[in-house]
Amino acid sequence: MIDPSSSDFWPGLFHVLMVGTGQTLYMVSVALVITVLVGLPLGVVLVGTEPGGLFSAPFGSRRFGVVANRLLEFVVNLGRSVPFIILMVALIPFTRLVVGTFIGTTASIVPLTVVAIPFFARMVEIAIKEVDSGLVEAAESLGATRWQIVSKVLVPEALSPMILGMSTTVTSIINFSAMVGVVAGGGLGDVAVRFGYQRYSTIHMVAVIIIIFLLVMALQGFANWLARRFSHQGRVARSARTAASMRVQPAL
Amino acid sequence: MPTVISVRNISKTFPSAGGATHALSNVSLEVAPGEIFGVIGQSGAGKSTLIRAINLLERPDTGTVTVDGEELTALPADELRRARRKVGMVFQHFNLLEGRTVQGNVELGLEISGASRAERRSRSLEILDLVGLAHKAASFPAELSGGQKQRVGIARALVGRPKVLLSDEATSALDPETTRSILDLIKTINIELGLTVLLITHEMDVVKRVCDSAALLNGGRIQEQGSVVSLISTPGSQLAHDLFPLGEVPAHPGDTVIDVTFSGGTADRPVIAQLARTYCLDVSILGAAIQTIGGNQAGRTRLQLPGTPAVNDEAIRALRGQGMLVEIVGGHS
Repeated sequence: MIDPSSSDFWPGLFHVLMVGTGQTLYMVSVALVITVLVGLPLGVVLVGTEPGGLFSAPFGSRRFGVVANRLLEFVVNLGRSVPFIILMVALIPFTRLVVGTFIGTTASIVPLTVVAIPFFARMVEIAIKEVDSGLVEAAESLGATRWQIVSKVLVPEALSPMILGMSTTVTSIINFSAMVGVVAGGGLGDVAVRFGYQRYSTIHMVAVIIIIFLLVMALQGFANWLARRFSHQGRVARSARTAASMRVQPAL
Repeated sequence: MPTVISVRNISKTFPSAGGATHALSNVSLEVAPGEIFGVIGQSGAGKSTLIRAINLLERPDTGTVTVDGEELTALPADELRRARRKVGMVFQHFNLLEGRTVQGNVELGLEISGASRAERRSRSLEILDLVGLAHKAASFPAELSGGQKQRVGIARALVGRPKVLLSDEATSALDPETTRSILDLIKTINIELGLTVLLITHEMDVVKRVCDSAALLNGGRIQEQGSVVSLISTPGSQLAHDLFPLGEVPAHPGDTVIDVTFSGGTADRPVIAQLARTYCLDVSILGAAIQTIGGNQAGRTRLQLPGTPAVNDEAIRALRGQGMLVEIVGGHS
């Protein structure tokens, strides 16, 4: 039990929270970068290999496309259905192979990434499916290659929902990052377990909850702002117009 | 006759729940350089499949498509992509990228073909000026009206200097007034750039307003095709009937009812007055439709001839003798 009235309690709390927040941000940001780098192409391929899609017949083989699509679907569903705590433990040999150890903050990035990639790939898939097929047709009529269709049409037009999908992904990475305390992964979750739970410090617990809440809120707000900035669809234009008309009204 | 687009015997079948749908059956078309060719048909007639077969967005099962001397159906994928740049396409629902400005949308084709940044800038502004939207270059599509969006669509299709413009129901989502302004723009482009246009539509007005030639597509087959002027003077032409609707033939027992089609030089002659004077016939006009097609007055008039069969026959012979197409639609002859 920690004594909140002792003179080194508050400086200690501050230090522990700083270190925990730093570790969480480190884990989450590295995991996010890898997730986007892998999940974005994976999502594109997931949509593309569907029958009638852009890559429905890679290397001229329709069967290859179908097999690739089924396989990816399976992997994504598997990754999304295994509970994180089990996945984390099951991945220990793989983590050791990649990082050299399965203990510590860097090692925790591996299971966090593995759980986030299928999640984000689904978000990308959904966002890209929302893109009007007429846009693809227009690009094809201009002589676009498949790569140009992906890079100039599908991804830019799906950017707004993908950013929102990314913020949902980050939230769940933060969520899962609190669990890696189990493999001594550090971070805010570790602080909550070691101080809040094992040593009965309610103040630590509350502080961790507040910090995580603020993190998620800030991220969500930032993502919403970014998504609006990249969306030039009716809603934004309309609100811009109503704002303009409201400025005009007093003059009338 | 030289042709820019030549479609030979193309067929396309789609698998469907009840077996197979024959979207196109043995369709052939010839489009001459510099003309506006309209394909008209009801929904489900195969128009969309046909226009998509021209640039092989929809590859026909059989037959060949030749554009500007290049047989597209025989090209490998990468050469087909290059050949598609010679064929601009405009869509019913505009299909503009929402995330790009007007100018960005127009530049898309140039980005795809790998033009330099400076060239893209100057060329896109030049073409936006042509469609009258230079002042909207920095706007986003969501801020534009339907007509303006279609102008951007046309600019995007033209920016790569195509030989042919395909228009897939380009005016069907627009109100009548905007439709007219877009059709006028297509006509202007056709004349100023000498661009050949193939358009599909379900509106006869579009054919009337801009087309030099037309084809009637029904159930995946071409029923008639030819220049609009020649179709008008073809007896029994469905297109001519649709161009000049005179309605149902009224029942007037005993009286002869005829449809007289005027075109070219015969349109401005005082035909009815002549009939009345020469044969002492009290001719009644039951219906009339007059249009300016290809710069010429053309039209059809439905007349009721109250004379005796012999007089009526003589009057009809006289009309035919003046080069008019006369169809007897009611009574005896």
